[in-house]
Amino acid sequence: MTKKILKSGVSRRTFVAGTAASAAALAASNFGFPHIAKAAENVKIGLIHPATGFLAYPGGQLRYGAQLAIGDINKAGGIKSLAGAQIEALLGDSQTKPQIGAAEVEKMHEAGVHAISGCYQSAVGLAASAAAAKYNIPFSIDVGVSDKLVQRGLKNVFRMADGYGRIASAAATNLGAINKAAGSPAKTVAIVHEESEFGTGTAKLMNKYLSEQGFEVLETIKHANPTRNFDNIALRIKAMKADIVMPINYPGEYVLLARTLRQQKVDFAASYSVLGGGFNFKFVKDLPQIAENMIDVNHWYDPKSSAGRALRKRVEADGKFFTFEVYLAYLSIAFLADGFERAGSTDPAAVNEALKNSTLDPMFMPYGPTKMYDGQNIGSRAVAIQAQKGDVQIISPAEYASAKAVFPRSKA
Amino acid sequence: MLAMNISMMPAAVLNGLMFGAIYALVALGLTLIYGVLHIINFAHGAMLMLALYATFYLFKFAGIDPYLALIIVIPGSYIFGYALYRWGIGKLSHGKDQNILLITLGLSIIFENAAQFFFTADQQTISLSYSYDSFDLGFVYLSYPKVISFVASLVICLMLWWLMATTDLGKAIRAVAKERQGARLVGINVENIYAITYGIGIACLGAAGCLLLPSFYVDPYTGNIFVIVAFTIVVLGGMGSIVGALVGGFIIGITESLGGLFLGESLGQIGISLIFILILVFRPTGLFGAKQ
Repeated sequence: MTKKILKSGVSRRTFVAGTAASAAALAASNFGFPHIAKAAENVKIGLIHPATGFLAYPGGQLRYGAQLAIGDINKAGGIKSLAGAQIEALLGDSQTKPQIGAAEVEKMHEAGVHAISGCYQSAVGLAASAAAAKYNIPFSIDVGVSDKLVQRGLKNVFRMADGYGRIASAAATNLGAINKAAGSPAKTVAIVHEESEFGTGTAKLMNKYLSEQGFEVLETIKHANPTRNFDNIALRIKAMKADIVMPINYPGEYVLLARTLRQQKVDFAASYSVLGGGFNFKFVKDLPQIAENMIDVNHWYDPKSSAGRALRKRVEADGKFFTFEVYLAYLSIAFLADGFERAGSTDPAAVNEALKNSTLDPMFMPYGPTKMYDGQNIGSRAVAIQAQKGDVQIISPAEYASAKAVFPRSKA
Repeated sequence: MLAMNISMMPAAVLNGLMFGAIYALVALGLTLIYGVLHIINFAHGAMLMLALYATFYLFKFAGIDPYLALIIVIPGSYIFGYALYRWGIGKLSHGKDQNILLITLGLSIIFENAAQFFFTADQQTISLSYSYDSFDLGFVYLSYPKVISFVASLVICLMLWWLMATTDLGKAIRAVAKERQGARLVGINVENIYAITYGIGIACLGAAGCLLLPSFYVDPYTGNIFVIVAFTIVVLGGMGSIVGALVGGFIIGITESLGGLFLGESLGQIGISLIFILILVFRPTGLFGAKQ
């Protein structure tokens, strides 16, 4: 008897056996073996950052940090509760504009995004997260300090890092303590801030908290983005004889102001910035004579944690600077991935619920246990850091401090 | 507050003049290209950025002081500009002005994205041994880099004026600017003059890059910070006018500085826009522009 072969080259017996196996697999998927049916579907996470424009550098650092985390998670087996689903990044460029950020959300929604991480600028984060709220897409703010981000009652918006409310309060308290320990040489402050939500909101809070600490704010000076020339501001600070100069601005202007203060030979006890965009390892390395003894209150990693040291080593081996954008983006992706893991689903409502109850280990950050309150991780905190001898040291809080504060600054 | 502002006025005016000279240099290239080619060079900001990067890398890898780099970057920029127009923009435009506009716009996008790809978006600064040395005038410190930039800008403007006013090349450029067909009829190679003019315009940016870097920074988008101001200066001074670019640069520099002093550094920028609108309403040809 001739064996009948099907056109595809598969024997009838094999075909029957295969069909039976497929039917069994299909049946099994409906009776508690979901991994067989869902294994191929990727989890799509949108990354919205300023990839072009005057904030392209921090934007690029954020994108790099997020992709580093995605690579690590995928290598470790993906989202295990979703049958090892791999995370796929959808890249978006806000071009520093809120309306473009919101448009990127719409595009990503069309592309089937499951969660979004972004956006660096608070103004962009506000617009983009509101757009994501229409579809209940889980939205993790990697960097973005405005407290309005998590105070609008949106159930899909979360932030692992701290916001400007608590950072400003801690910055003022810290400054008060450092000043007192040095015999209270500083009494007056000049605040110089950029004009958007980040700078304006933080400056307003600093005015309040500094007064509570007994400092007199002589003037709050707002500047445009970008500002080409800081000579007038430097001369103004010089004329008012402020003891503390407090910059609250983005990288380009931060560095330009610091250089101009030096060029105009402005005498002050300390430069004490709050969320200074330009204060990082690169600034300290490139302009050591200007950076020396400058203090910043900002997001920073815990140099005592082995995870932090290991991540820094990897990032620097890639030829990148270990700026806060890198590790906050990494943390944001880890936070979202943990949400998918515990939800065991990509359903937005289930993921938002899981994120709301997150207890993620903050890994390399000097944070307490993660606890979300209205979308804000109340375990997070910023630290005070200072440039000392070409390196960056944590000077406060005491449990993470790696050096004592030099205050007032030493004058070379 | 007002008393403090008034006491700071001389310093603010001086700072405005110093910065205005750099603005003038950037505007000079723009106005020259417009005056002859009758097109707005949308790649102007991107070209300035490339000049800044050239200066930065000459300093970083060869240790060449930015002011010494002038003798490399200016001719390099000229050759780049000449070649770009002669074998790129000129050929692709097929003689149509609107095509040139689109090509320069496209070039700006290409240059900025290429710079971000090759140089990264990282902001680069340089620190010279004399970066923070300055002349003490009592009421203000004028840093050496700013004074050098000011003097060099004036010298370059003067040289360009001399070139345009007295040399055969200058006469040929002016002839092409005034009457394209007529110039062709008397034997001037118009396409070559276009390319030379474009090259000179870009050489001005080369000079601006060298003079700006010691007191500023460079990233792929730095050029745009200056080019918007440069457009205003060109309109203010009169399109195609070298003297107009210089005087316009000073006026805008001082306006920006005084505006920042009295209205705040955020609102102070409004002065530039106000001048732009006033010039368009009351003297559309600019301060030194020829009437059509």
